[in-house]
Amino acid sequence: MPNSNISRRLAVVGLLSSTSLALIGSPSWAVSSASQAESLIDKVVGEISRIANSSGSESTKISKFESVFKRYADLPTITRTVLGADARSASSSQLSSFANAFSGYMARKYGKRFRQFVGGAVEVTSSRPVKSFYEVKTVAKLQGKSDFDVTFLVSGRSSKFFDMLIEGVSLLKSERTEIGAMLDRRRGDINALISDLRSAG
Amino acid sequence: MGPVLAIVGALGLSACSVPSGDVDVHDPYEATNRSIHGFNKGLDRAIVRPTSQVINAVVPEPVMRSVGNFASNLGTPATVMNDVLQGDLDTGTHNFFRFVINTTVGIGGLFDAAGWMGLEERHNDFGQTLAVWGVPEGAYQELPVLGPSTERATAGLIVDLLTDPVNTVLPNDERAARRTAGIFSRISERDVFGETIDSVLYDSADSYAQLRSIYLQNRRFQVSDGNLEDFYIDPFEGLDAQQ
Repeated sequence: MPNSNISRRLAVVGLLSSTSLALIGSPSWAVSSASQAESLIDKVVGEISRIANSSGSESTKISKFESVFKRYADLPTITRTVLGADARSASSSQLSSFANAFSGYMARKYGKRFRQFVGGAVEVTSSRPVKSFYEVKTVAKLQGKSDFDVTFLVSGRSSKFFDMLIEGVSLLKSERTEIGAMLDRRRGDINALISDLRSAG
Repeated sequence: MGPVLAIVGALGLSACSVPSGDVDVHDPYEATNRSIHGFNKGLDRAIVRPTSQVINAVVPEPVMRSVGNFASNLGTPATVMNDVLQGDLDTGTHNFFRFVINTTVGIGGLFDAAGWMGLEERHNDFGQTLAVWGVPEGAYQELPVLGPSTERATAGLIVDLLTDPVNTVLPNDERAARRTAGIFSRISERDVFGETIDSVLYDSADSYAQLRSIYLQNRRFQVSDGNLEDFYIDPFEGLDAQQ
């Protein structure tokens, strides 16, 4: 019965993402050196390429990206930064529903771009402590395109990454600009932003 | 060097506007820039985007790649010149050999033979030379047709156009061929990166601000040779006191 197969698969995906939700804030690993940051990112890019190269449908891939994002990205820090000053006036329940909507939005928006990773490889090239965190540089080698630089910034506090830069373009900065503009358009209404974000990307 | 310096002087680079304080984006001409952005988006929607789709539907990809290679190979001597002006002889040598190999083995630059041998493309321009020489970035600009720039990058672009060593030796019709190839490959690239460009221009809440942010970040990345330490957001700054 193909139908029950699909729903079983969906149930597994749902289970996976709820498991990783439970992990937010308490990862089973710790990052307290550049080399640990490097092995974390090695794992992240490995999982992303595996998903990109798997044979699943687009929506399956996107929900898998979302679970990778929830597992390895420092969502509290990312949401606090992209919301900027508006984070301070938001309630904690608004912040957590924003974080939830935002991770789905990230998975849809960047998941589409990760499609380009099919047949490609991402290699970690260097890592070092910078400011209050670790910088891990990788190079993405994609078929028929020039290599490009992907840098991850990893926090020792959360043991997760809080920024990803593609050829110098920071996800954190771009999304701060985007979320700021979305909020302006909604006259600062954070609830309207959250509900629109659930379908954006 | 004489004429180059004269041009730089004539462009009034000393008048490059400098932001006050530590800001990421210096955009005193935002109102003008925004109206040019509107014009550029209209141009993209009406001409560039549809044309690029037609080009890539009609012209086979390897042919289009050769057109791009041809144009980019003729730009390599100018790149080498800028490498030398920046005192980067390693990259200058790298690019010099790229030009020699691609012009000969690569049949006049139609094939990126040097790239196959592991000598990858390393971009450079006079805007970056100005940065190495200590000229400030200046204000952000969105130029008609050409798109995002800064005062420093625009000055560099003008110098690059006027001093291009290849243009001074090429006969007129070959110069036109080069220009046409360049324009064609630029338009065709619009489609190659189509999804990403569409998402920035047509899905952003504020496409002007998004494009400005992306351009400035990427440009600084090129200019700093990939060392962005000074530009990283540190979300943990000032949190230590609270621990």
